[in-house]
Amino acid sequence: MIRYSYESGGYASLKEGAKKYNSDFLLDLFYKTYRIRLIEEAIAARYHEDEMKTPVHLAIGQEAIAIGTAAVLGVQDLVYCTHRTHAVYLAKGGDLNAMFAEFHCRTTGCCGSRAGSMHLLDKKVGMAGSSAIVGGAIPIATGFALSAQQKKENRLTAVYFGDAAVEEGAAWESINFAVLKKLPIIFICENNFYSVCSPLHYRQPEHIKIYKKAEGFGVKSECVDGNNIFAVYEAAQRAVDHVRKGFGPAFIEAHTYRWLAHHGSEDDSLADDVLGGYRSMEELNEWKKYDPVALTKKLLQEEFHVKETVFDRFKEKISQEIEDAFDFALQSPRPTRDMLMQYVYSE
Amino acid sequence: MLWDEKVVTQNANTVDEETRLAGRVIGYVDAIREALTYAMDEDEQVFLLGQGVDDPGGMFGVTKGFKEVYGADRVFDTPVSEDGMTGICVGAAMTGMRPVYFHNRPDFLLLTFNQLVNHAAKIHYMDNGQHNVPMVVWSAIGRGWGSGPQHSQAVQGLLLGVPGLKIVMPSTPFDAKGLMITAIKDNNPVIIIEHRWLTKQSGIVPKENYAIPFGKGVYRRTGDHLTVVGTSHAIHLAAIAANQLAEEQNITADVVDLRTIQPIDETIIFESLAKTGYLLVVDTGWEKGGVCAEIGCLVAEKGFSLLKAPIKRLGLPDCHSPAGYDLEQFYYPDVTRMKEAMLDVVRKK
Repeated sequence: MIRYSYESGGYASLKEGAKKYNSDFLLDLFYKTYRIRLIEEAIAARYHEDEMKTPVHLAIGQEAIAIGTAAVLGVQDLVYCTHRTHAVYLAKGGDLNAMFAEFHCRTTGCCGSRAGSMHLLDKKVGMAGSSAIVGGAIPIATGFALSAQQKKENRLTAVYFGDAAVEEGAAWESINFAVLKKLPIIFICENNFYSVCSPLHYRQPEHIKIYKKAEGFGVKSECVDGNNIFAVYEAAQRAVDHVRKGFGPAFIEAHTYRWLAHHGSEDDSLADDVLGGYRSMEELNEWKKYDPVALTKKLLQEEFHVKETVFDRFKEKISQEIEDAFDFALQSPRPTRDMLMQYVYSE
Repeated sequence: MLWDEKVVTQNANTVDEETRLAGRVIGYVDAIREALTYAMDEDEQVFLLGQGVDDPGGMFGVTKGFKEVYGADRVFDTPVSEDGMTGICVGAAMTGMRPVYFHNRPDFLLLTFNQLVNHAAKIHYMDNGQHNVPMVVWSAIGRGWGSGPQHSQAVQGLLLGVPGLKIVMPSTPFDAKGLMITAIKDNNPVIIIEHRWLTKQSGIVPKENYAIPFGKGVYRRTGDHLTVVGTSHAIHLAAIAANQLAEEQNITADVVDLRTIQPIDETIIFESLAKTGYLLVVDTGWEKGGVCAEIGCLVAEKGFSLLKAPIKRLGLPDCHSPAGYDLEQFYYPDVTRMKEAMLDVVRKK
């Protein structure tokens, strides 16, 4: 049974949307999206080795949202996100070695092994962190936007959260405040229809769309196909234009689908006739037809005549980068006892 | 005059002639205002927010008139969204601002625990020291005039065990000023819990600006027979009780005001206890699982050999604050009960 079907334009829309872009730009977007996919797959493949003692929330299937939105942000712009951190961290330019080292609980990790997969951070590229409390990131990011306004700094903030975050009061408290003060922030709701195993329509009335609720709060709001990288990119561009003009915040709801379990490396969808499955194999397979990586690749092949060797080269380069990052992580030192009590307080 | 103002005024001490001659005497609220003025003038990143900071009452007068001086960008009323606004302060603090967020009552802090405990307290630790969260959260405990179960809670005990937070509980105008200055300059989330009944006190407050270090207690009275440890209005009551006991029964006490309960000045507690051997721990909150319990345990663990008799605590009983007048009298410690508790400790000789 398919409970949540893909409702957007698929390949035809992607093809149409690509017309205004040159192949270098498209290749760059593809490369970045593909890189996240391969990194996430590598994590999944090696997760059972138990060297990465951290609860990973993989973004496979959802990569286009992070890449499409990050493409319109500068280094000075800050992002804050949910505990499904990997894609946002990598899209913003976060260091892969530091990410893998963090997963491997090493001192060279981006947070010295205090944060794990759920709290990636790379300050120098504007990846300011993440919260593992649903909705927890939203007020904090709104505070980033408030300080930008107070200090008259020309920077934006983007905050990423899931569909369940809008069930938290703090989300609306923040959105209300952001509209009230016309804060420079983009709210990005990655709607993948499930919160852990709880389907969206068990949690929110089916006939009221998330982006419409945001609209009710007075924020410029739209809903896009999160698997169409151009749709995401253009929505993000419109949001940035709106915010940079000083009109206040923007809200993007992007529909997508998580391929693997809420956390861990397994596919947890079940065949329809298996009791207890919270979602069906059929539904997952339906969404896999609209794989953001495969669709963009197909576009490059068919419309831009990019040769297979180019993709092979990409794969080789990224795979090498991944291997090197694993090596870096595994060769890095482990924390020592004296580090436990560091940074409880700031000097 | 509003009822609450009347009660607070009735409970205010008059300044004796000796104090008046010893220095510049101002009110408690004015002392905090001086600290805020200093901080706002000195650092443009400091801003004040909270429901009612710019209304005619101005947070019991603490923030009254600041908007007119510093502008609406630096002094602003907030939506009634305590959790969200606390997170907004966290984010602003992480990116270089120094918010001072005012709440009328600590009861509202309970709505902010997600951002205070899950975020503000943890971010510096979690991200390996890369962000600081220099923010101040201020509130004043209510008592009496029917404030009741949801408008007179003293929640410091619930926050005491959370690493990463600092908790300040002043008891004099001098301390209210100096501790506020320290709180705003501190690079960590600092919670200041005032007591409404102290806000009409007056006392000596130097005109110049000074910072009182956290984790440094002070003797309010010195004596020989027992040690009373606590903060805020509880230690204020203890000082009055100690004066009366000295006069009436020649029993004298060290009255130790810790000023901050996180960090806690262990040295002064053990120093006094080494002299007296008897301990009464007082607090404005529940006895159970809070400040009284923590200090009691601390002494049992590290200062057992100094004790000549069991510890006693005097805080709030194991029930909620009732709203009605008579029940309130049974609920709250007063000077008489404070004296009884002190006598109870020394009688265990």
